[in-house]
Amino acid sequence: MTGAKKSAKKALQRSKTPGELGGKSKNTSEKKAIQGKSKIQKAAPKPLFEEDDSDASSVLEDSEDPTSSEDDGAGDEADSSELEFESDADSGKEELDQGDIIEDKEKNEENGGPEAEKPEEELEDDGVSMTFWRADEEDFNLKSKVDLKKNKKKEPLEMSPQDRDVKPNGKRSASPRPSASKDEYEFDSSDEEDLRNTIGNVPIEWYDNYPHLGYDVNGRRVYKPVREDQLDYFLKKMDDPTFWRTVKDRMTGQNVVLSEADMDLINRLEKGKNPDPNMESYPKFEDLYSHEVMIHPLTARPEAKRSFIPSLHEKALVGRMVHLIKSGVYAKCWKPKKEEGPRYYNLWTEDEDPSLIRRLRSFIPAPKMKLPGHEESYNPPEEYLFTPEEEAEWHNQDPEERKLNFIPRKYSSLRQVPGYSGFVQERFERCLDLYLCPRQRKMRMNVNPDDLIPELPKPKDLHPFPAFCSVVYKGHTDHVRSVSMENLGQFFASGSDDCSVRIWETLTGRCFNTIQFEAPVKWVQWCPNPAIALLAVASGPYVHFVNPGVGDKVVLTNTDVILESLPESEGSAKGSGEWSVVTDEDLRKQGHRLRVHHKFDVAQVSWHAKGDYLAVLYGSASTTSLIIHQLSLRRSQNPFSKFNSVISRVIFHPTRPHLFVATQTVVRVYNLVKQELQKKLLTNCKYVSSIAVHPKGDNVIAGSFEARLSWFDMDLSTKPYKAMKYHDSAIRAVTFHRKYPLFASASDDGTVIVAHGMVYSDLLQNPLIVPVKVLRGHRRTNDLGVLDCTFHPTQPWIVSAGADATLRLYT
Amino acid sequence: MGIQKRKGTAGAATAFVSRGKAIKKLQLSLKDFRRLCILKGIYPVEPRNKNKAGGQLKTYYLAKDIRFLAHEPIITKFRAMKIFAKKLRRAIDKRMKEKEQTVRNNEPTYRLDHIVKERYPTFIDAIRDLDDALSMCFLFATLPKSGLYKSEILQLCRKLSVEFMNYVVESRSLMKCFISIKGFYYQANIQGQTVTWVVPHGFPQTGDDVDARIMTTFTEFYVTLLGFINYKLYTNSNLVYPPKLAIEKVNARDEELCDGEDAKDDYLETLTTALKTVVKDMDEDAQIDNFDDVDALGVHQSAEADRCFRNLFSKLKVFLNREVPREPFTFVLRCFGAQVSWDAYVFPGAAFDEKDTSITHHIVDRPVLSHKVINRYYVQPQWVFDCVNARRLLPVEEYFPGVELPPHLSPFVERKEGAYEPLSKEEMTRRIEEENEDRDADQVERQPPAKKAKKEVNEGPSPKKMSVKKGKPVKVDIDRAEKMMSAEEKKLAVMMIPKKDKRLFDSINKKKKMEKRDVNRLVKKREEIIQMKRKNLKSGSR
Repeated sequence: MTGAKKSAKKALQRSKTPGELGGKSKNTSEKKAIQGKSKIQKAAPKPLFEEDDSDASSVLEDSEDPTSSEDDGAGDEADSSELEFESDADSGKEELDQGDIIEDKEKNEENGGPEAEKPEEELEDDGVSMTFWRADEEDFNLKSKVDLKKNKKKEPLEMSPQDRDVKPNGKRSASPRPSASKDEYEFDSSDEEDLRNTIGNVPIEWYDNYPHLGYDVNGRRVYKPVREDQLDYFLKKMDDPTFWRTVKDRMTGQNVVLSEADMDLINRLEKGKNPDPNMESYPKFEDLYSHEVMIHPLTARPEAKRSFIPSLHEKALVGRMVHLIKSGVYAKCWKPKKEEGPRYYNLWTEDEDPSLIRRLRSFIPAPKMKLPGHEESYNPPEEYLFTPEEEAEWHNQDPEERKLNFIPRKYSSLRQVPGYSGFVQERFERCLDLYLCPRQRKMRMNVNPDDLIPELPKPKDLHPFPAFCSVVYKGHTDHVRSVSMENLGQFFASGSDDCSVRIWETLTGRCFNTIQFEAPVKWVQWCPNPAIALLAVASGPYVHFVNPGVGDKVVLTNTDVILESLPESEGSAKGSGEWSVVTDEDLRKQGHRLRVHHKFDVAQVSWHAKGDYLAVLYGSASTTSLIIHQLSLRRSQNPFSKFNSVISRVIFHPTRPHLFVATQTVVRVYNLVKQELQKKLLTNCKYVSSIAVHPKGDNVIAGSFEARLSWFDMDLSTKPYKAMKYHDSAIRAVTFHRKYPLFASASDDGTVIVAHGMVYSDLLQNPLIVPVKVLRGHRRTNDLGVLDCTFHPTQPWIVSAGADATLRLYT
Repeated sequence: MGIQKRKGTAGAATAFVSRGKAIKKLQLSLKDFRRLCILKGIYPVEPRNKNKAGGQLKTYYLAKDIRFLAHEPIITKFRAMKIFAKKLRRAIDKRMKEKEQTVRNNEPTYRLDHIVKERYPTFIDAIRDLDDALSMCFLFATLPKSGLYKSEILQLCRKLSVEFMNYVVESRSLMKCFISIKGFYYQANIQGQTVTWVVPHGFPQTGDDVDARIMTTFTEFYVTLLGFINYKLYTNSNLVYPPKLAIEKVNARDEELCDGEDAKDDYLETLTTALKTVVKDMDEDAQIDNFDDVDALGVHQSAEADRCFRNLFSKLKVFLNREVPREPFTFVLRCFGAQVSWDAYVFPGAAFDEKDTSITHHIVDRPVLSHKVINRYYVQPQWVFDCVNARRLLPVEEYFPGVELPPHLSPFVERKEGAYEPLSKEEMTRRIEEENEDRDADQVERQPPAKKAKKEVNEGPSPKKMSVKKGKPVKVDIDRAEKMMSAEEKKLAVMMIPKKDKRLFDSINKKKKMEKRDVNRLVKKREEIIQMKRKNLKSGSR
């Protein structure tokens, strides 16, 4: 092998490997190859060959050189339009070359047919080259063949594929060869690279302004090829069929025509195929092992038993399948589904199943949807439309609260009516109601409210009762707390928060007397004994006994005589009260006679019917809040050593020796003779404010701060016979008429309600209670209305004491 | 003393079962339980005392109902469905195509026929409960096909609703109709039962904002119910079911539009063609036998009135302009015997053309018409509905195109004492004008007294003289006094109503008060409107 040959081969080798990588690198490799070629050109005259005759390749190279180099130059420009202008600058012997190439081509065409037809012959001619190139690159193949023929070198050469590759056309080393066998890097060394152009790694642009491209091994300039002019370039473009695949090598300045193999390679790379056309992606499978039965096992492990015993699992599987097939299930499985539309028939034939009807007896049908009213119309009367305020209110309400679930709208014609967006939602809610809403059978009560009003005797049939306000007594300056009537009914006394007691004449309304006290007067009560005229007044911690100074003179003087003849107080229980006679002349003039001092403020006093005993109730809570005084002996006693609950009212029985003590919730009845608890009346109230006993003594009424009035029939039960809640606010006082079947209750709502309360002597007949009159007139002051009331002893009249500092007489 | 009774062995404790217990007993999921309840019509029941039944916060079913449910064969189907879904899911997930196909082929199906029979042992029962079924079917007939609603059920709903409408047309049983902002309400008298249903306006509904599963379950049952009812109704009234047209051939033009059989189906939807009967020449109306009774006269009269009402539109030939919704108006007009047609391109089956000279009424819903034919009335659609509700042909003047319509009132509102009754249009205009005059008259009258008063004032400060004048008897308004008296008496009596009745009494009174307040509000609003209109009228006249 000559050195030139070697270098060419190396170049080829180098070009091959990067060529596979991509277009750019391939270009450089091509350039190198071409550079190598030019080197060879120069080197050719030198006697480098060892075997002149025998080495066909070298001869071949020599003869080919001019052609090939020109070939390259021609091909250079045509390769791509990108390179066109560069190639313009180049100069060379294109014209000559063109002719050659055309010639080559023609030859190729001539040989194209026979070559395909008789490969055998060619093998004989040039066996090696033919066999190698046949498959992939016919053009090249043929050309080389022609070349060979030209040179009449027909000696069979024994060369490696690489060698053969180079030999026919060294300068075509740019064509990529599949490097299958030999080490590509065998000849690859950096110092050998610069054999053609020794400029090294210097960019080629640096030589742009020089006539040469670089230097060869010997330091001589390698000149750029002559630049062709525009005309030549054009002519070439027109004439040269390979113009389109001619590229310029910038390293050498030569044009290189890309071979078919190059083109093929580029195409393959573009398409993303394997660059090697020989590479078989799917090689034919060669069965290497299975057809040769090995006589020896691979392992010495004995075969499992299950490998030669039929599988039970499979047996079961097959058995099941057989069963399924026999029973026809399989057939059913595979039968396509029958198209079944809804069938309708006469479901309700004559015969009705009584059991079904029986079941439905307890069925509660869902209520029907509410039918639309006028407001739902698309064109309702205008008054049904919402005002802006109503609409705003509708929007503010919760959907459940709304009376209508839509806003009424008016459209002037049907075509303007839009779709109702809540339609589906409404149906859905109806569905939910149907299956989720608990149902209950409710009796729709078609009740006339008037039927609920109890049938009572008409008030006008129950006369007499007070009906009109006749007299208004003015004079007090503060709430009038208490009022009490004289036995004959000619006068009455009233106690007020302005610390005074006034004595009024009932009929005229004239104030006869005003008695002043130190503290607000909580309670006044006229002594029921007709022989004396005495007033018990509760004011502060004192109970004053006052001679009112009105009425029969004899009685008045009698009273004074009796009071003075009373013995000194003796034997009073400790802490129950200190009696003292009023000696101050001014006070005596006013009427003060006696007074009893207590530990606490007194809230209420209550005379016994005979006018000797007087019960006194403390206002503030105390263990001993009840004291009983005996006037005739000026003695006091404490009936209860200890009383657990707070007492709100106390009253004597009109005829019997009984004492009624009202605590907050119950009324206790004590027998004073036997000294025991006789009865406990349960009021069902929280705060009893007042009690009154019927003159006959068997009926009690209790008023409470919850505005409840309870009537007890003591013969019937300890629970209220009747409870009335006809007042609007707290009841302050209750009272019975001594003669007429009347009772009254005074309340903070400013009314006094007079009721007919008939008690029959026949024990089988229950009392008749009919409210007959609501008496109004008092003004509410400081949330207080009427504070007390009392009946006239003989007339059906009533006097009420109001918080508005007046008293009123109703007749 | 007998054996002591244990707690929870009798009464509400055993009569009611909470939902949780019921589900446990039936071994169903809540979803399936609900579905079963929907199909079987089982509903929760409110015990009288919830504490005795087992707690305040639970929903209770009758134990009997749950025991009844336990025997329902559909439960096994539900279980089969569950297995089917599992199998199918598995086949799909494992991509076993053949298996999937097999599974699909064996999808369990169930029929609800026996449930219909169970829930409605008699035909009348079924009709009585038809309201919801009809409304639902008519709604589903308008829903679009989607992933939520399968097309089969939608189509079936459409088919059944058209069948039902055809029956109503054929039997002339429509009683009332109403155009609301929600839709068209219809009320028909079917086999002596009043059936009311609502059809949405012709705009697309989506139905995706609600639980489609529940809606579909309900519709599944309703479709079955309505199908059987349709069958029975058709066969009872001597019609072929499924309905067939009495005519042999359809219009040539329509046959082009929709091929052969489809055209006939579409013709059913037109509601204009007669249906095929089973037996020909049957007496349409059974004649009432003549009895010489006194009552018989009344019966005959009402029958005659009824016949007149049914043939309300029978002498009319109506053409619907294209902006008028075709189906509701055809339905209503046909129910009272009118001949109806429309533009041929609106819907197939147009019987006659717009140019037909025999048309008596042309229903138009636009203010201005390009051309008019002289021998027909042009009326707005409301006229049709108002005529039906008034049970007579109303004068057309108030319904001419472009004229302000009288208010369209609901026929479902019954007259009740104390309830608000809107004024008719004439009444309204009369009042506006009348009060106008009144007001003028008032003004004339009022002015002189004012002058008189002035004079009196002038005379006022004359010096007082001591004198005795002849007393005047005090006028006592006896009526008023008596009224006051009785009112007071009543108040006193009301005080004595026992507490138990007092609540009822109060609630009734409260309700009455509220009603009265509503009425007063409406009256007040109406007065304001009248005032405003009067003002407008005045300013207009000036």
